[in-house]
Amino acid sequence: MTAGPVGSAAGDTEDPPVAVRGLSKHYGAIKAVDDVELTVNTGDVYGYLGPNGAGKTTSLRMMLGLIRPTTGSVRLFGRDPMQSVHALQGVAGFVEAPTFYPYLSGRRNLELLAAFDGDGAAGRIERALDTVELSERAGDRVGGYSHGMRQRLGIAAALLRDPKLLLLDEPATGLDPGGMRDMRVLIRRLADEGITVLLSSHMLAEVEEVCNRVAIVRSGKIVYEGAIAELKRDAGTTYRLETTDDQRALAVCHAQAGISDVRTERDRIHFTGDQQAVAELSQALIEAGALIRALTPQTVTLEDLFFSFTEGDGRQQAAHEPDESTRPAVESAR
Amino acid sequence: MPGIATVYRWELAKLRYQKRTYLGLGAAMIVPILFVVAVHFRHDRRGGDFAFSSYLTRSGLAVPLVILLFGAVWMFPLITALVAGDIIASEDHNGTLKTILTRSLDRGQVFAGKTLAAATYAVVAILLNGTVAVIAGSIQSGFNSLQSLSGTIVSAPKALELVYVSLLVYLIPIAAIVCIGLLLSAVTRNSAAAVVGTLMVSLLIQLLGILPGLGGLQPYLLSTQFNAWQGLLRTPIDWAPIVRAAWVCALYGVPALGAAFLVFLRRDVAGG
Repeated sequence: MTAGPVGSAAGDTEDPPVAVRGLSKHYGAIKAVDDVELTVNTGDVYGYLGPNGAGKTTSLRMMLGLIRPTTGSVRLFGRDPMQSVHALQGVAGFVEAPTFYPYLSGRRNLELLAAFDGDGAAGRIERALDTVELSERAGDRVGGYSHGMRQRLGIAAALLRDPKLLLLDEPATGLDPGGMRDMRVLIRRLADEGITVLLSSHMLAEVEEVCNRVAIVRSGKIVYEGAIAELKRDAGTTYRLETTDDQRALAVCHAQAGISDVRTERDRIHFTGDQQAVAELSQALIEAGALIRALTPQTVTLEDLFFSFTEGDGRQQAAHEPDESTRPAVESAR
Repeated sequence: MPGIATVYRWELAKLRYQKRTYLGLGAAMIVPILFVVAVHFRHDRRGGDFAFSSYLTRSGLAVPLVILLFGAVWMFPLITALVAGDIIASEDHNGTLKTILTRSLDRGQVFAGKTLAAATYAVVAILLNGTVAVIAGSIQSGFNSLQSLSGTIVSAPKALELVYVSLLVYLIPIAAIVCIGLLLSAVTRNSAAAVVGTLMVSLLIQLLGILPGLGGLQPYLLSTQFNAWQGLLRTPIDWAPIVRAAWVCALYGVPALGAAFLVFLRRDVAGG
């Protein structure tokens, strides 16, 4: 893929908002980002998930052209951000906490950034301040802003560019519960207005609520990429089982095709399986004389799946093997 | 369309809000005032054994020249370095560099705007110092004629003109200091290290000239160029040190500025 024309506007191209191919960043022997591949399509609210130090921020810095990849490429709407700042046309965001000049007011900071943007950005300042509900404090020096206000000012600064793509690095980190809720609402609203969003986070509830697709990154490598719904479906549903004869039921579960991850927790049998396998298991239990007292589906959260991908030695990961549509990302991580 | 002028204008605006700006400009203004007060209360009215010393009590126009003589190698480089050494490093440290480098201006435009702002600050500081020195000196000793370094008497208006042209010539080595300050600012990413480092470079180059066996280097040291303005105070004007200052300072400044530009252009913005 080659960089598109410098002047082409974001959104006028068929290239995806973000296409990352074989992206790596090495600091000596340390591989901060290792062969990352991901694609963010128009309209996505894409979660880039990983524990601290997994390489999320480094990846975002490369996407914004702030640091050079060791190998691989980033294309934003088909343009290379390392080649020209014009590749960031229609793109906005921040990495780590958004930073401003503390001795200038919020409005003055936005005026500076709007001057650097041109293209009518100055005319969007008041609306951006309204959007993030900072109009009343816009005249105060940023040095006196709370963390949450700076985060919101960061969003306002991004909106000045009338973006088609927002790259946000942990936008809700450090916010109180109310601030986190407001940030989720704001991101959802921006997405509803047609802005594609890529946000990095280790706050799983936030991602599960606002994102439709995720990449899970561990030690610089992507271990899963795909839709959250697919990820949950692929993980299968976990069930809790109580019977009149749990010893016999346990043996039946182990022997039953389509039933996996069988274990006993607090005198209850837990297993994973799809609906057809569970129906067949019910029949087998009755035939074996282990009558069912309770069979309860357990909700699998993104958090459960996240930890299965990012903790331990990866053995649990096998239980959540993704389907063919997501397999390349997983295979590349091995 | 935003460009270098946009960055330059906003860099100047930012300087107006920063304490270090007023620290440097304040020092540039207060030093001549303190100097004139010291001259006023000095008991020995005969003057010292340095250039223009005997005229300090006879013409206020001697004051800016004596200050230039003594402040040449450390005071003005320090004032210059306060901004040149800080202008990139502080943005790096505060994380605002990543904020402005993800807008619609390329790194070259940002660098050029910052360079012009740092140079403007140096020009303002030195002209401000000279102007305050002329005014304070004239109040103390009168707006009178001056004796040139060749012994001829120069009328007050002509002497005033020479004072300002001397300040402009002094800006040649100061331009090299700006470039060195920018380089250290880009490389160290640490404001204090860049400011102190710039001053150290200026002083160390001066030390080179007094090391045994290195006397031959004297005409080509940056510190020597700080005295090039004295050629204007001779009759006829001695242009040789001024011309030499121009190319010697270019030899120091242009590579430093080029290196600073390349570092700024190619660096990873990973801090903040």
